[in-house]
Amino acid sequence: MNNKKRIVIIGATSAMAEHCARLWAQGQSLDLTLVGRDAVRTERIAVDLRVRSPQSDIHIIQADFIDPANIQTTVDGIAMQGAVDIVLIAHGSLPEQTNCQNDLQMCSDALEINGISPVLFAEAFAKHMAKANHGTLVLIGSVAGDRGRKSNYIYGSAKGLVTRYAQGLQHRFSGTGVKVVLVKPGPTDTPMTAHLKTQGSKLASVEEVAQSIVDAVERGQLTVYAPKKWKLIMFIIQHLPNIIFHKLNI
Amino acid sequence: MRIVSSWGRLNAHPHHVIGLNDPTKVKSLVSGGHSGVAHGMGRSYGDVCLNPNGVLWFTTGLDHFISFDDNTGRLVCEAGVLLRDIQRLAIPRGWILPVTPGTQLVTVGGAIANDVHGKNHHFLGSFGDHVQRIKLIRTDGETIECGPQLQLNWFAATVGGLGLTGVIVEAEIQLRRIAGPWLDTETVPYANLDEFFRLADDSESGWEHTVSWIDCVSGNGGRGLFMRGNPTDIGQRMEPKSRKLAMPIVPPVSLVNRLSLRPFNAAYYNLKKSKKGRAIAHYESFFYPLDNLLEWNRMYGPKGFFQYQSVVPREVGQDAVQAMLKEIARSGDGSFLAVLKTFGNRHPVGMMSFPQPGVTLALDFPNNGERTLKLFESMDAIVREAGGRIYLAKDARMPRDLFEVGYPRLNEFLKYRDPGISSGLSRRLMGG
Ligand SMILES: Cc1cc2nc3c(=O)[nH]c(=O)nc-3n(C[C@H](O)[C@H](O)[C@H](O)COP(=O)(O)OP(=O)(O)OC[C@H]3O[C@@H](n4cnc5c(N)ncnc54)[C@H](O)[C@@H]3O)c2cc1C
Ligand SMILES: NC(=O)c1ccc[n+]([C@@H]2O[C@H](COP(=O)([O-])OP(=O)(O)OC[C@H]3O[C@@H](n4cnc5c(N)ncnc54)[C@H](OP(=O)(O)O)[C@@H]3O)[C@@H](O)[C@H]2O)c1
Repeated sequence: MNNKKRIVIIGATSAMAEHCARLWAQGQSLDLTLVGRDAVRTERIAVDLRVRSPQSDIHIIQADFIDPANIQTTVDGIAMQGAVDIVLIAHGSLPEQTNCQNDLQMCSDALEINGISPVLFAEAFAKHMAKANHGTLVLIGSVAGDRGRKSNYIYGSAKGLVTRYAQGLQHRFSGTGVKVVLVKPGPTDTPMTAHLKTQGSKLASVEEVAQSIVDAVERGQLTVYAPKKWKLIMFIIQHLPNIIFHKLNI
Repeated sequence: MRIVSSWGRLNAHPHHVIGLNDPTKVKSLVSGGHSGVAHGMGRSYGDVCLNPNGVLWFTTGLDHFISFDDNTGRLVCEAGVLLRDIQRLAIPRGWILPVTPGTQLVTVGGAIANDVHGKNHHFLGSFGDHVQRIKLIRTDGETIECGPQLQLNWFAATVGGLGLTGVIVEAEIQLRRIAGPWLDTETVPYANLDEFFRLADDSESGWEHTVSWIDCVSGNGGRGLFMRGNPTDIGQRMEPKSRKLAMPIVPPVSLVNRLSLRPFNAAYYNLKKSKKGRAIAHYESFFYPLDNLLEWNRMYGPKGFFQYQSVVPREVGQDAVQAMLKEIARSGDGSFLAVLKTFGNRHPVGMMSFPQPGVTLALDFPNNGERTLKLFESMDAIVREAGGRIYLAKDARMPRDLFEVGYPRLNEFLKYRDPGISSGLSRRLMGG
């Protein structure tokens, strides 16, 4: 075995995750496993990272993100190769809220990919990390998970699930060698939000958000808002009384 | 629709933006039937990267490296990769981009499409001279691979081709050996154009990089600061941590105006003059002095600004520059970011490339409407008379006849245009 830091990224084609990988690959050699649903798209990320960090070992795995048995097999396969230092679970998809309201299948898919799937991946890794008493599990929630809003409460409730789950996991692992980091990004300039940009929203740069994620992992911080200003904004939004909140068009 | 402006912020039109994030999907996204044009970092000043009310293909999602050979310095990457990222990757490994413009926040595709130049034109030509292969996707679905040894005509049309021959998705670039990130530099004040040209001639053989800042408002014949540099090997030293400042707001009026300009320029001249002489400089501060001041283009206020960059042949260069400076002084307007430099005696690969042997003057002017356009007309007359041309990457207003005489290979170029591509500039200057 070698002594390279071992990092696994689930949803490795996510722009946020990719920028984290670029930061991690800068100046250190990694043993990096990229997991994506599409091999061609995932390999493109791997090729780029190999150029940036020729001394790293970078592998890709194509996997199913929904079926619990497949998730179990994928994670067990990765864990068999040795202890993991960092797992970043990054996949997600921002559905159109009104579509979810009108089509239960879409609603279900959105809850599944944003809520259940990341939890199942995390739970599978948690078992191995518990055994090794080592590792950092990073989950990406969202500011949208902090309070339900009419404009995106289906996505928001899935993210809320991830938030509550991460909280429980942090409780479970407190005082152990396993760390659980929950990231709550605000609106960020990635392919996921291309349509928001059209509406004139101000989006954070993905480099900046990735840097906050990498820093939070380094510190083992439990919850991190990225960019930081969202901590205050969400504090206020969470504490607005309904009588005011319900009048807001957000 | 989304409002998109270019660097000059002269207008803000809605565009239908399509992000090209996945190279395997470019073909289907650009063949949608609506004519569009590629848009990189939008660091061009005018309308070359705009298509008001039409489609823009954003390329910054094509930001992946494909291969890099540490032994030969050959880099293959997608066209949306930033020059900044190439420098950061390559310099620690002993390689550098041979040619780089005054900002590194531009894409490879944009650098090719405007065939950009740096401070070392007399030494290494323009960006296109170092491109070995381009992969181009046309809106009819055809993929064309071209390079200096491969379909040279397509290559010559695409280098400096203003995005009009197709969408560049991938490029192969030959980097150049370098010892480290440092340059041995010298700043030499000059009192007039005679001295400038003498310095430029004297520096041509011994200095790789030459450029000068010229004070175009002091009125006494063009004093300035000549800066030259050579890469140097001084071993390891601490690299400066880059500190970024941003222009936080758009001020209601241009901060560069008749009142501020004279003291601005005098202060700058005296500050820099006091630092004349030799110094070791980091490549980022030497090549990209403005990149740490994010969004500095906002300082020209809500009406935006023009850049006027011309090149005129060397034989008439001094007279033409003198005449332009006189026009500027007479107008009372002027420019803080005024750059004067010579180009080497070499011709570019691109049919529509800007650099040609001679001297180039680049000036920023706040947009004062008619008054500014009037000044440009008198400068156009000087450029026309001198047999020069205006840089399309900077242009938002040149008359069509000046364009046509300035770019004599236009008719040859037009044969390679992609009929599904159109920009503000192509409609303004090529009628479609
Ligand atoms: C501070 C500053 C300093 C500068 N200094 C210099 C300098 O020293 N020398 C110099 O030459 N220029 C200089 N420039 C201009 C700049 O280098 C060019 O305008 C450059 O082309 C901008 O690249 P971009 O990625 O922003 O492209 P854009 O401005 O977005 O686009 C420029 C052109 O490239 C085309 N294009 C972009 N991507 C593609 C693609 N993938 N396929 C096909 N076509 C494409 C566009 O259609 C357009 O025609 C400077 C600009 C600034 C703001
Ligand atoms: N961007 C924001 O504003 C924002 C704000 C808050 C939280 N977040 C969260 O941040 C994380 C990263 O998002 P991003 O902004 O980087 O988005 P992105 O670039 O669009 O990436 C989305 C990722 O999710 C994967 N994915 C989507 N649907 C999937 C499915 N059904 N099965 C498997 N994989 C699927 C995508 O894989 P493919 O490449 O194969 O499609 C891709 O890897 C997500 O959890 C997102 O919810 C984003």
